[in-house]
Amino acid sequence: MLRGKQTWWFENRPVITGVGTVVGPDEGEGPLAADFDLVHPELDMQQKSWEKAERLLMEQASDFAIQSSGLQKEELQYYVGGDLMNQIISSSFAARDLGLPYIGVFGACSTSMETLALAAQLVNSGSAHHVLAGTCSHNCTVEKQFRFPTEYGSQKPPTAQYTVTGAGAAIVSESGQGPVVTSATIGKIVDLGVTDPFNMGAAMAPAAVDTITQHFNDTGRTPADYDLIVTGDLAGVGHPIAKDLLTRSGVPMEKTVFGDCGLMVFDVSKQKVQAGGSGCGCSAVVTYGHLLKRIAKGELQRILVVATGALLSPLSYQQGETIPCVAHAVSIERKG
Amino acid sequence: MFKGTTMSAKEYKAFAQVREPSRSIFSNCLKAFLVGGAICTFGQLIQNLYMTYLKMSETQAGNPTVATLILISVILTSLGVYDKLAQWAGAGSAVPVTGFANSMCSAALEYRSEGLVLGVGGNMFKLAGSVIVFGTVAAFFVGIAHLILGTGGQ
Repeated sequence: MLRGKQTWWFENRPVITGVGTVVGPDEGEGPLAADFDLVHPELDMQQKSWEKAERLLMEQASDFAIQSSGLQKEELQYYVGGDLMNQIISSSFAARDLGLPYIGVFGACSTSMETLALAAQLVNSGSAHHVLAGTCSHNCTVEKQFRFPTEYGSQKPPTAQYTVTGAGAAIVSESGQGPVVTSATIGKIVDLGVTDPFNMGAAMAPAAVDTITQHFNDTGRTPADYDLIVTGDLAGVGHPIAKDLLTRSGVPMEKTVFGDCGLMVFDVSKQKVQAGGSGCGCSAVVTYGHLLKRIAKGELQRILVVATGALLSPLSYQQGETIPCVAHAVSIERKG
Repeated sequence: MFKGTTMSAKEYKAFAQVREPSRSIFSNCLKAFLVGGAICTFGQLIQNLYMTYLKMSETQAGNPTVATLILISVILTSLGVYDKLAQWAGAGSAVPVTGFANSMCSAALEYRSEGLVLGVGGNMFKLAGSVIVFGTVAAFFVGIAHLILGTGGQ
């Protein structure tokens, strides 16, 4: 049901009955390592190409999610997936092996919440009983596609971010045990003229702010209604900017805990990740691996995950275009 | 009702800039000077070794010296060390011949999965290509200048 301008209100309260998270070695050295289902010790994961490694992450995360939901693959109706690769090959190739009807989406790093929102909408509207939502990213595939060859010696500025190697998947069901998805705010494209692809945090911060304020206006909620609000991958540069922008808009963020997945997945002061983590996998593994476990433990009752995406291509920034950004927010609550 | 951000691109640029960490030009220059200088000193050492032990003249020792530096750079790139050095050293490891070798080797490694011809062959000069293009163009104009001035370019 539409509430306000941009928010879906899920009155049937779809349940996240299973999750799977698989990460690479750097995330395995981070503070959340214990929360992931599988940590790969090597970046290549014994695959012949980085792209194959990324696909493997997605397949394994999906398997873990299906396993933990207790369902059989045949019981799922749809797979909603996306990633950062050209023509979203990681998700489409993973879908080939899954053999499920497939809805491929692209929202750059906001894909994690975009797919979850769509999956919840499908289940809430009765269009499906069980939907798999997932996304993945790999540090080396992203370096190769958007930046330079992985071993090329270029100095990254302190505003740059380190793409998370990881995949997260969730099963959204009509009923069952687990946290419930209660609403989703689909974001508008916001572009305040940032052109530097090594400064995505600053580019994406206004999009996150736009979606967060819209979510509060649509739902009538305030920050105090949430135990935790996290942005996807604004990291060390973008997150403080978002905080200041929200303060300027008069949103009382001090009434909640305002965090960022890109700052949680790595130990930013010790690991060499510049400003922090980024990528589709970043908000996916932190939300599905870490935050849902905290909800299950009862440490959190209601959270808002605002996944942020920079919708640029290697072509667009070389042609001097600014970076259009988007953010999608999903609220997840402990069932009770 | 909370109001959204109503900033123009120009206002936002100023707003964001003060919140971004700045790069220290001085420390970057110093690191680049030290590392770049060290690589060149090391190259000189290799050249002197060739001259002393293999009895080469200074001109003769030039090419084997560059080849040795390229080999070392390629080995370090393949071991995954060179890019980590570069993050610290910046221009210091990019400007000497070792940086050029790194740009070709890293591209060759990266595109190996697309095959030898279209992958390695087609992409090896992806980064190095512009150095060669602009190097040749610059050499052409320097040559013209020498021709006009009659300095011979020797």
